[in-house]
Amino acid sequence: MALAPFQQLLDEHGRDVHRFLRGLVGTDHAEDCLHEALMSALIAYPGLRHHDNLRSWLFTIAHRKGIDHLRKRNREIPLEVVPETPHVGELTIDHELWSQVGELPDKQRAAVTLRFLGDLAYSDIAGIVECSEEAARQNVRAGLANLRKEYR
Amino acid sequence: MKLGADDIQALEVTGFDAAMRRFADVAFATGNAEVAYGPIPSPIGTLLAAVTHRGLLALAFETEDQDDVLSMIAGKVSPAIIDLPSATQAVRVQLDAYFGARLSVFDLDVDRSLLSPFQRAVLQATSEIPHGEVRTYGEMAAAAGKPKGAQAAGQALGANPIPIVIPCHRVVAANGDLTGYAGGLDRKRFLLDLEQGEQTLF
Repeated sequence: MALAPFQQLLDEHGRDVHRFLRGLVGTDHAEDCLHEALMSALIAYPGLRHHDNLRSWLFTIAHRKGIDHLRKRNREIPLEVVPETPHVGELTIDHELWSQVGELPDKQRAAVTLRFLGDLAYSDIAGIVECSEEAARQNVRAGLANLRKEYR
Repeated sequence: MKLGADDIQALEVTGFDAAMRRFADVAFATGNAEVAYGPIPSPIGTLLAAVTHRGLLALAFETEDQDDVLSMIAGKVSPAIIDLPSATQAVRVQLDAYFGARLSVFDLDVDRSLLSPFQRAVLQATSEIPHGEVRTYGEMAAAAGKPKGAQAAGQALGANPIPIVIPCHRVVAANGDLTGYAGGLDRKRFLLDLEQGEQTLF
């Protein structure tokens, strides 16, 4: 089967990838990460041999870009001001739950955003963050437990 | 200030569409996207124009399914296709002038990737038919080096991916009948009348 026009992927999954990145890196940086992720995807797309789960493939690239961004940003914060609690991208939209998602540890945040903003199955999440399906479930469970604790 | 769920959704939509436009722009400018497309309004219905950096690749009537046209391009040229109407601006300007009877010769680069060698020969000859004139299928076949290939020429013309700009509507049967046209005979008649300076309603 031939590959569909790339635009079709953008139409079907673009919004969800954007929403996922807003959850992962915050509103201010989501657009840049989205741009980079989609450009990487577009460049790789014509040479793609397996294309049975393009949604998961797009989220894998977006997740990688998001994590790269967070690592780069963390390196830019001088050591003495690194906060005790895991600090993530600022969420400028004043939405309490969302900002609490931003306070979750990296793995939990990635798992929760993939599950609820990306609407992905645990098997897909496992493939994207490179862990077992059980670990993906556990990260979502732990993330939700933390949110319930914080968001009251 | 607190934002409600509706505000958040609105923000998200605005941000996304702007981000997509910026992405499409950069993607095509860098050549990472090989094909860009957009709609072009015309008196005979909205046309779908697809362009590459080499030029106009395809022009489709609204009777054709847009997804089918783009899938065909994805298979034959490249799947790196994006929605970017601004890339089709030059085509739009000349088509506007053509339909306004202000332009009789298109000056557009054409990407011949979708054409077979025989089709190239037939459509090259077709491109040379002057505005306002007609030729027969037999004449086009002869010009393409196949004097007995009127039927093959008809097929090559019927599969013309760039109608109007490559004026396959100027080719008619030996007895003068309009015969076939991908966009339907009404459109063929409209284009020929337009070139005769006759105002007709489509």
